[in-house]
Amino acid sequence: MIETDIIIIGAGPAGLFTVFEAGLLKLRCHLIDYLPQPGGQLSEIYPKKPIYDIPGFPEVLAGELVDNLMEQIQPFKPGFTLGERADIIEKNEDGSFTVITSRGTRHKAPVIAIAGGLGCFEPRKPPIDNIAEFEDKGVEYIIKDPEIYADKTVLIAGGGDSALDWTIYLADIAEKVIMVHRRNDFRGAPDSVDKVKYLAQQGVVELITESQVTGLGGNGRLRTVNIEHDKLGTLTRDVDHFIPLFGLTPKLGPIANWGLNIDKQAIEVNTFDYSTNVPGIFAIGDINTYDGKLKLILCGFHEATLMVQSAFKIIHPDQKLSFKYTTVTGIEARL
Amino acid sequence: MIEITVIDRKGQEHLLEAPTDMNLNMMELCKAYELPVKGTCGGMALCSTCHVYVLSDQQLPEMTADEEAILDTAFFVKSNSRLGCQLKITDNMNGLRVQLAPEDEEN
Repeated sequence: MIETDIIIIGAGPAGLFTVFEAGLLKLRCHLIDYLPQPGGQLSEIYPKKPIYDIPGFPEVLAGELVDNLMEQIQPFKPGFTLGERADIIEKNEDGSFTVITSRGTRHKAPVIAIAGGLGCFEPRKPPIDNIAEFEDKGVEYIIKDPEIYADKTVLIAGGGDSALDWTIYLADIAEKVIMVHRRNDFRGAPDSVDKVKYLAQQGVVELITESQVTGLGGNGRLRTVNIEHDKLGTLTRDVDHFIPLFGLTPKLGPIANWGLNIDKQAIEVNTFDYSTNVPGIFAIGDINTYDGKLKLILCGFHEATLMVQSAFKIIHPDQKLSFKYTTVTGIEARL
Repeated sequence: MIEITVIDRKGQEHLLEAPTDMNLNMMELCKAYELPVKGTCGGMALCSTCHVYVLSDQQLPEMTADEEAILDTAFFVKSNSRLGCQLKITDNMNGLRVQLAPEDEEN
């Protein structure tokens, strides 16, 4: 059991900055994020994009902002549970909460701050009618153990780096790799594109472009895949595995099940302190909504700052909080 | 001000009046009229929730590599697919007809 003062669900910029503001009040924090690295969207989707509206930074790359935030909160030594999704929130008899992740890790704290952004990043699932029937029965969205593809026929769909890289990797392991992509061009790294084209020329990989997978067949286990080719019509291939690699997309996920008031995929909060309808649970950053809400990183920072004031009162009901500037006291990291 | 027709996912046509002096794009225009376009990434060509089919033949901005790349991760993509956020509303779009592409799945 991990015990802390504030459990922060979501390690994007709002969640990370919460550690700093909580740290100034001597509150300890532990962050949970489904992604394997901190930074949320900034690390996962647009690390190389410049941001122009962070006060004091005329221009900063999203990835750099995350690095800076990590440096800024380092003195407060936050804990991290990464690569695990916060699934369940339980209310304990002493008034605290227990948060249980997808891997069963338990976290206990009197306050929860949900800084979940757009939700959890989950693999994009192609809109094929019966795809759910074959999940883990031949359809995998994430490659966990490449060895299960040894001597199997594997169809990979997608045209990005992960589709190219796995096609190259599995070409050595699998009996046969078929790659299906909707265009003739690939957006992946040129080296990987050349390698896949070479493997296709050598007959090691069957490359089917201008095509999309439209149907799956099998009896309890995936056996065949239908592919719609722009010019040739429907093609069918016998396969053991179908791995669609179309990147990640955010889903609200378990947040919807926590008894919070939700409006249009966002959590309703009181703008006094960004508290939700459940006392002790706050929501900050892109995941919350209120009149006049703007989904900006700088607004998330502001919300985090006000939120920790109320969090302090819940965690230390008998203590008075006196406001201090960092220019006067420094950050006094004694945690 | 120009006129653009947007056909929603139920087949309903919406005739939208669009200003050309506000630096709006098609995704923002649809959201302004409360059509069901999510625009999750805010217009960075990163999410494809503003995916539309272009049904008329007005001259549109060339597709960038970023837009092509994100369409590779989208579904229901056709030869006339575009990301609404990459279509800046300009005078020569008067009379444009677009259709909202299906959403891949419900959240």
